[in-house]
Order: sequence, then structure tokens, then C-alpha cells
Amino acid sequence: MSFDIALIIDSIPKMLMGIGLTFQLLFLSLALGTALGVMLLILRISGRWYLSWPTMIYIYIFRGTPILVQIFIIYYGLPQLEFVRDGIFWPILREPFGCAIVALTLNTGAYLSEIFRGGVLGVDRGLKEAGSALGLSVTDRFIYITAPIAIRLCLPAYSNDVVSLMKSTALASTITLLDMMGIARTIVAETYAPYEVFISVMVIYLIITWAIQRTFGWIEKRMSRHVRQ
Amino acid sequence: MSDSDVMSENIIQLENVDKFFGDFQALKNINLSVKKGERIVVCGPSGSGKSTMIRCINRLEEHNAGKIVVNGHELTSDVKDIDAVRSEVGMVFQSFNLFPHLSIVKNLMLAPQLVRKVSKAEARDVAMKYLERVKIPEQADKYPSQLSGGQQQRVAIARALCMNPKVMLFDEPTSALDPEMISEVLDVMTDLAKEGMTMIVVTHEMGFARSVADSVVFMDEGEIVEMNPPQEFFENPKSERTKLFLSQILTH
Repeated sequence: MSFDIALIIDSIPKMLMGIGLTFQLLFLSLALGTALGVMLLILRISGRWYLSWPTMIYIYIFRGTPILVQIFIIYYGLPQLEFVRDGIFWPILREPFGCAIVALTLNTGAYLSEIFRGGVLGVDRGLKEAGSALGLSVTDRFIYITAPIAIRLCLPAYSNDVVSLMKSTALASTITLLDMMGIARTIVAETYAPYEVFISVMVIYLIITWAIQRTFGWIEKRMSRHVRQ
Repeated sequence: MSDSDVMSENIIQLENVDKFFGDFQALKNINLSVKKGERIVVCGPSGSGKSTMIRCINRLEEHNAGKIVVNGHELTSDVKDIDAVRSEVGMVFQSFNLFPHLSIVKNLMLAPQLVRKVSKAEARDVAMKYLERVKIPEQADKYPSQLSGGQQQRVAIARALCMNPKVMLFDEPTSALDPEMISEVLDVMTDLAKEGMTMIVVTHEMGFARSVADSVVFMDEGEIVEMNPPQEFFENPKSERTKLFLSQILTH
């Protein structure tokens, strides 16, 4: 087997043209997924069964099925339904980019809400009691005591999920999007050189992962610098 | 004196209070009234219900029967009222429970800013005043994990005082401390008592009870067995259970 270095040098810049789309998919669905995760968490720990049960079912479905299936259902399945085509979300769901964002957001939101719940459960009960004893309202206790401590506790798991989400963005290439993976697949289709191209794209993903890990490592260190010695 | 005057004199009143954890009855028909400025020490074997009783007073635990009135508010499930009561009742815990993510001074400023709506500058002034009173103003900008246990507990006392409470509850404040740090915390509590603070203290520090308490309450198996001034309590205990308990903790 020959290994075509020139092809690698030639294709890396082309694939990097898709990095913008990869980052858009990552950051947009991360931001929306984080907001969704917080909302799901609040419903889940509300203590009201009619709020927590549907949330648990939602989380079970989106964590329990492959993200690829979720992307296909949203992209291929939803447009079959007339009320979706007539609905207010049609401008989003008619575009593959919109579908990818929706799928990634719904999926990562389910994971993140469980990560956040782990953080909230990890907060020492005595600290919440101390807040109560000082007369803080439920909301103030959550905002000023539980949340800041829970965020620190769930940061390692959160960064893990960001890496996982970044890799999932490659699945957007299955619904015609030309992110880095989409471009890689196009080049492979033209050159029949899967090793060179896919290994190159792999290296780019590894570099992004490294950057994400470094960033979160720095944030973790900063946030816990005075908490533990 | 009219009835209402008698009532207003009692800043805390428990009438026939019962508390269950599942099938286990933690408090049995508790009656206790505390006047303004009174210092009560509560002692008894572990599991006797003493912590549960003071935790019911600021509703960290809900009582199942009877009536608890704190500073004129009856404790019910009405949330607004509970927060109002809690902001008037300071509590110090065995495990300090300082907020680990906030500096010492911010630990003290949080509740006055959020609950009393005082300005940041004013909250800081009040916080520094109380840190000076517990003799650790130089620790203001450190974080709880950087302080010793005795210092943390003094901060916890100062944090409660910043809300200008009418009553202070202490739930075994020295039980988690190394022996050499106990006296620095008891000194702060003694000073507080001298200034006329109404206090209920769950503790096994009998020296503190003797020198500070107006009354000592002995609890066992969820009941108040005996309640007397310290002199009477230590020298002339009435019940066998009290005698047994005192012999166990005073012999060594």
C-alpha cells in the first residue's frame, strides 16, 4: 500500500475549510444543550412528579438511542409530517444545518442534565441547611450556594461531554453538511484514498480534543484554586 | 400582666411537640419555653432528640404534632413565614457548614445582602465588625479551607450574628473540634451570653453549662427528662436517667 503524503498536504487545507461549520455545530448545540440541560435539571429535581416523570422519559429516550438515529428521524422523518411543515419550526427543520443543531442539542441536553444532577446531588446537605438557616429563599440557595458548588463538581464530566459532542458533529456529514468530515468524505469519494484522508481528519479532531481538554483543565484549576488545598 | 405579655416574653415556645422519622419517634411531647435573654444548655445521650429539637425551632425539621412559636410566628408550612423566622434565628452547626466557594467575608455578607437587602459596603462593614468580635479580622479574604476548625466555627458564629438574630441555636458547636480549639469557640459563646443573647446550646461541655446556662435541659429517648438551673441540675439531679448520664460524662 502506498501512502500519498502529497494528498494529505493537499487535503488538510480543504478539510480545514469545514472547521468553521464543525465549530458552529459544536458551540451552538453546546450552548443550547447547556440551557436545555439546566431546564431539564430544574424540572427533574422540582419534586413534582408531573414535571420530573416526563423529564426522565425524555432523558431515557435521548440517552438510550443512537444519535445517528435521532439525526435521521429529525432530518428524514419530521418533514413527512404535515403539521411540522406548517409549523413555526419549519424554517429550521427544512435545513440540514437546523436539523443537525436540533438533534445535537436534544441529545446533549439529555446527557448534560444528568451531569448537572450529579453535581447538585454532590453538594453537601449541610451547606443547603446553612443557607436555609440564614433565611435564604429556595431560589437564592440554588443560585448562590448549590449552583456554584455543583458547577465545580460537574466540570470534569462536562468537559468529557463537550469532547463527545465535538465528535458527534461529524455525524452531520450524513445529512449532506460539509463540515470537516463531510469534506473528508467528498475527497475520499473523488480520490479513493481513505487512509490518507481519514487519518488526516482524525489528527485534526485530536488537536481539537486536546484544545478542549486544556481549556477545561485551566478552568478547573482556576475555579478550585481556593476551594481545596 | 396580661396573657399576651406572658407570650411575648417567651421568644421560643414549644407545646406538646412530636416528631417522627418514619416509625421512629424522635421527639415525644416536648414542652419548652425560652424567655428573651435566657441561656439554655441541652444535653443527653446521642440519639436522645436534642439536635432534632433545636432543628425544629428553625424548621430544618418539620414537627408532626404540637405547636412551635418563635418570636411570635407559629411555624407552619407557610414558606414566607419560615424564611422570616429563620432570618431572626441564627444557627451554628457541628460541621461549621461555611460556603467553601466564598471567601470568609463573603460568607458573612451573603445573607444580609440577599435577605436584608443591605448594600454591599454596609454588609462588608457589618461583616468586618463581627469578624473582629470573634477575633479573626485578618482572615477576611481567605477561604474556609485555609482556616483551622476553631477559626471556621468562629466564622460560622460571626456569619449568624451578621443577620442580627434574636436567638442563637448551637448544635454541638465544639464536637467536631480538636481539643485545643474548643476553648476559643466557647470563649466567643460566653462573650455572646454576657451580652444578653438568647441562646439554646446543645453541648456536652458541662463546664460551659455550669458557668453560662440559666437552665440545663436533659433529654433522653425523645423526652425532656429534667430541666433545672445548673447548680440544682449537677448537684441534685432528680431522675435516675440524669444521674446515670452525669456519672458517665463527669467521671472522666
